[in-house]
This record gives sequence, C-alpha cells and structure tokens, in this order.
Amino acid sequence: MPFKRYVEIGRVALVNYGKEYGRLVVIVDVIDQNRALVDAPDMVRTQMNFKRLSLTDIKIDIKRIPKKKALIQAMQEADVQGKWEKSSWGRKLIVQKKRASLNDFDRFKLMLAKIKRGGLIRQELAKLKESAA
Amino acid sequence: MAPKTRNPDLIRGIGKYSRSKMYHKRGLWAIKEKHGGKFPHHDPKPKPDVAAEKPPKFYPADDVKKPLVNKRKPKPTKLRSSITPGTVLIILTGRFKGKRVVFLKQLLSGLLLITGPFKINGVPLRRVNQSYVIATSTKVDISGVSVDKFDDKYFAKKAEKKKKKGEGEFFESEKVENILPQEKKDDQKSVDAALIKSIEGVCDLKTYLGARFSLKSGMKPHELVF
Repeated sequence: MPFKRYVEIGRVALVNYGKEYGRLVVIVDVIDQNRALVDAPDMVRTQMNFKRLSLTDIKIDIKRIPKKKALIQAMQEADVQGKWEKSSWGRKLIVQKKRASLNDFDRFKLMLAKIKRGGLIRQELAKLKESAA
Repeated sequence: MAPKTRNPDLIRGIGKYSRSKMYHKRGLWAIKEKHGGKFPHHDPKPKPDVAAEKPPKFYPADDVKKPLVNKRKPKPTKLRSSITPGTVLIILTGRFKGKRVVFLKQLLSGLLLITGPFKINGVPLRRVNQSYVIATSTKVDISGVSVDKFDDKYFAKKAEKKKKKGEGEFFESEKVENILPQEKKDDQKSVDAALIKSIEGVCDLKTYLGARFSLKSGMKPHELVF
C-alpha cells in the first residue's frame, strides 16, 4: 500500500513521453513541485516534468548534480544497464522492440518456429496422457 | 552555371565598371592588335537557296489556332531505392496477389521484371508495376542469372490478323491457339535454375516464397517493418 519508489536524487527513471521517449535517465536534482533536473550518459542535462517520467526500482548513489564523469562512474558501479536488462520491465521492453523490428521473412520464420514448438508440446502431452491412462 | 561576369553589380542595373573600363577588361584592344587593327569579322556563310514559297491555295474563313508547342520529354520511371535486383517483393493485385516473388530488373518501360520462381510459387517471368508491390528487405543472390535477353518486346501481345467476318462466321468463333511457346518455357527454366540454387542455400526461404502474404489480426501495416 505505501509508496515504494520515491523521487530522490539518484532515482533511475524511464522517459515515457516526448523526444526522449524510452530513454533511461537519472534524477539529478529537483527543480520544483513538478519538474526535475535529469541526466543520462549520452544526453545533455535537461529539466523534465515528473509526468514524463516513470520511476524504476533502480537507485544509484550520487550527490546533488554530479559532474558527467562522476555520474557515468556511479552508473557503471551500480550496473544500471545490467540491472535494467535483467528486470522484467526491461526485458519486456527489449522484446517489444525486437518484435517491432522483425522483417517479413523473420515473421514467417517465427510462425514456423511457433508451429513446430506447438507440435512438440502436443506430442509430449499425448505421451503423458497415454502413460497416465 | 551563369557565365562569369567581369563586371560585378553595385546595385541591380548598375555595374561597377564603365564602358571604357569594360572595353579594356575584355581585352578587345588585344584582340584588335592581334588581327591588325580590326576586330576579326567572319562573312556570313552563303545560305543555300530556299525554294520560293507558293502562296497557299486555301485560306480558312476564320483564324485557325495553332496548338501550343509541347517540348515535354517523359522521364524514365524512378525505381524505389528499396527495390534492388534480388529483392523479394510482395505483389498486391492481380491473380498473384499476396505472392512473394523475386525482382530481376527494371525494364525500359518502367515495369519490373519478376519471376516466382515458377517451380516454387507458380509465378512466371512477368512484368509488374512498381506501385502494386511492397518491397521487403529480404534479398536473394541473383548473380548467377542473366536477364539481358528480356525486354518489353518479349512480353508484347502477338498482333492478331483482323479478318472481316461474314454472316456465317459470326456464329463460329475461331479457336485461338494460346499455348505458351516452348522457347518461353525454356527461358523460364534457365532463369529459375540459378535462382533456385541460391534460394535453397538459405534456410526456410523456399517455403517463404511458396507462401502467400496476408494481414492477420493485430497487424498494422503502417507499423510493420517489411
């Protein structure tokens, strides 16, 4: 019931609207009630409205408004990218991106693979049913 | 490119240099010196005698308007950059709609020359318009195939002899012999032989080309990557 993910300095968030859609950023300072100063290793530090950010579970240990080098180092030490890619949220996004980038031939191969897998599953199920009966 | 001017504009209509200065700049004095004080002058070539025009026999009552001059030359059809020799295309209209087909080359008329290959999906050597085709990003190796002998004349319909039908012949329709000549069948085989080899080199490509494309539930064409 209580909140688990807080807006704090070092909180990693996902941008969910606008030009930087889909990017992982770190909250580096809070400007006022609605906006935060936000930074990422390959981005110019900018302000963003909290409504554009979706907070994640990941938090890194930084001081208020660190230098770019310090930020990058802190992110490496906390292994933000690795933790993100292992999390279920991160994995879902990666799968979505992969599916969207599939070529017509890839979609065809995927269909064949699904049919094959379904066939194998049904075979095993039939075997189990036989042995149970 | 505009010719290089030795007289830059100060303001539109006013040049920087006066007439005498320009005379000097153009070097007309040097040309005159070279040719003994006079500017070189070529006599006009003698024109061949034009036959005297006869006055026309007939003048129309009202002025006849001449149609405007049209110097338009149609440009060759631009081929989409996504379509290169060996691209797999999806045909969208006609009896082969949905078929995935291999692109061979663009003909002079702008149409695309394609082949199934015939053994794989029943599409023969055929011409297709670029607009009725989706280009996928799948490419087939087409280096073993020679497509030089195919052009628009190869696909032209044979001119039928027009016979004037008498009354009795209205009821007897002539049986038109429409068998494909053996030569065309051999052409198809020779083109497909090399193609099929390179297709079988790629896993699942043969079944892919044999299957038709269709939109399934949830597929959004504007979001699909082909």
